[in-house]
Amino acid sequence: MPGAEERVLRRRIGSVQNTKKITRAMELIAATRVVRAQMRANEARPYAETLTSVIEDLAAGGAEVDHPLLREPESVDKVGFVVITSDRGLAGPYNANVIRAAERELMASRAGGVDYSLVLIGKKAGDYFRFRHYRIDALYTGMSDKPAYDDAREVADTVTEHFESGAVDKIVLVYTEFVSLGTQRVRVRRFLPLETTTTIAEAGAPERRAAFEFEPSPPAVLGALLPRYVEARLYAALLDSAASEHASRQRAMKAATDNAEELILKLTRRMNQARQDAITTEIMEIIGGAAALAEHKGSEEDLLLDELDWTEPFPALGKRTFFAHNPER
Amino acid sequence: MTLQVELVSPERIVHSGEAEMVIARTEGGGDIAFMAGHVPFIGILAIHPLRIIAGDGSEEMMAVHSGFVEVSGDRVAILSDVCEVQDEIVVERAREARDRAREAAEADPADEKAERALRRALVRLEVAGVTE
Repeated sequence: MPGAEERVLRRRIGSVQNTKKITRAMELIAATRVVRAQMRANEARPYAETLTSVIEDLAAGGAEVDHPLLREPESVDKVGFVVITSDRGLAGPYNANVIRAAERELMASRAGGVDYSLVLIGKKAGDYFRFRHYRIDALYTGMSDKPAYDDAREVADTVTEHFESGAVDKIVLVYTEFVSLGTQRVRVRRFLPLETTTTIAEAGAPERRAAFEFEPSPPAVLGALLPRYVEARLYAALLDSAASEHASRQRAMKAATDNAEELILKLTRRMNQARQDAITTEIMEIIGGAAALAEHKGSEEDLLLDELDWTEPFPALGKRTFFAHNPER
Repeated sequence: MTLQVELVSPERIVHSGEAEMVIARTEGGGDIAFMAGHVPFIGILAIHPLRIIAGDGSEEMMAVHSGFVEVSGDRVAILSDVCEVQDEIVVERAREARDRAREAAEADPADEKAERALRRALVRLEVAGVTE
């Protein structure tokens, strides 16, 4: 039946158009969120920087102390992984990349006979590792989209407790670093034990600072400072990951919108062709029909009257009049 | 010479400006005032109001709930998880928090958390200018 294909295509174009509208909206939302996430990351930077500089000052003041968070384990029997993913999908390869990197690390340490412990942030990581029957020690959801400092503190507390109690000997952080709008990189970094204060200091400004006065005492200050430092580092990673998530989603949705556009164009062309075909077929049928009619005009065999003569509704065969040819009527 | 004062919370810079003098209370050290040219200093802040005195003598009070202070040259940086400016404080809420914390602290004198909460609430009320 002519027109059937056209109708099917028209419906498909409609559905692709709807999808395009959704992906376009998601793209725009993600775009504004990237900007906001970047802004938050920038706003959080002064705190982390000042904290680092205080630690540098402490190191310069010679406050090398034996703090649990700095203690290097004698042997690593169990490694804790903190994996930061998102709660929602449709963010391109964002989650898959992080999860793959985390699983690779986990496999590597397991191959070396080292046990693992998982602290997951984001529904996606939870789903993945639960489905594969990994042991999950903690799962946090609802914070990766727009992390607050309290969220970072909550996770940092759990992780620090695992570490300090000796349940794990080392903690590795797997997250996505936000390099730029176009580039996000998965990073696997050592989280705990912290590098010693001197190495933290070496990473910062190398110039020797003036001698500081500490109150109450350098070890006390360091002891109060290090947990904050752990929190700030985790918070920075969360913010970076959030910005990366939105950037990744923006890119994925842009690609989806472009693909939808392309598909609409292709389908529209096919639909037009189908319609043209249908019209051609119809014309052919009409012409064919007309030709057939013209050929058989006035045939004795044609029992169907073109017009009825009401004066003689039942004309005898062979004596039929065709009014169509009567110019006077 | 004036001091550059910065109040930095983990999420953003809460306050940034110039001042003549900053008075804070450190853990175990009592009150300490900073003016430009102070000896480089790092201290742990107690839960206590922080006073920033501007060049014209006007005073600004803030509730700082623990944190650190770093002084170097003419710069004072205050790192705090929670710092609230006077008009950010909701007196009603602080009062409720105080009563709640006081009850909890009285019921269990060993409850450190309640005691800290009580101190925080009292500092808030002091900053907000509520005396009773």
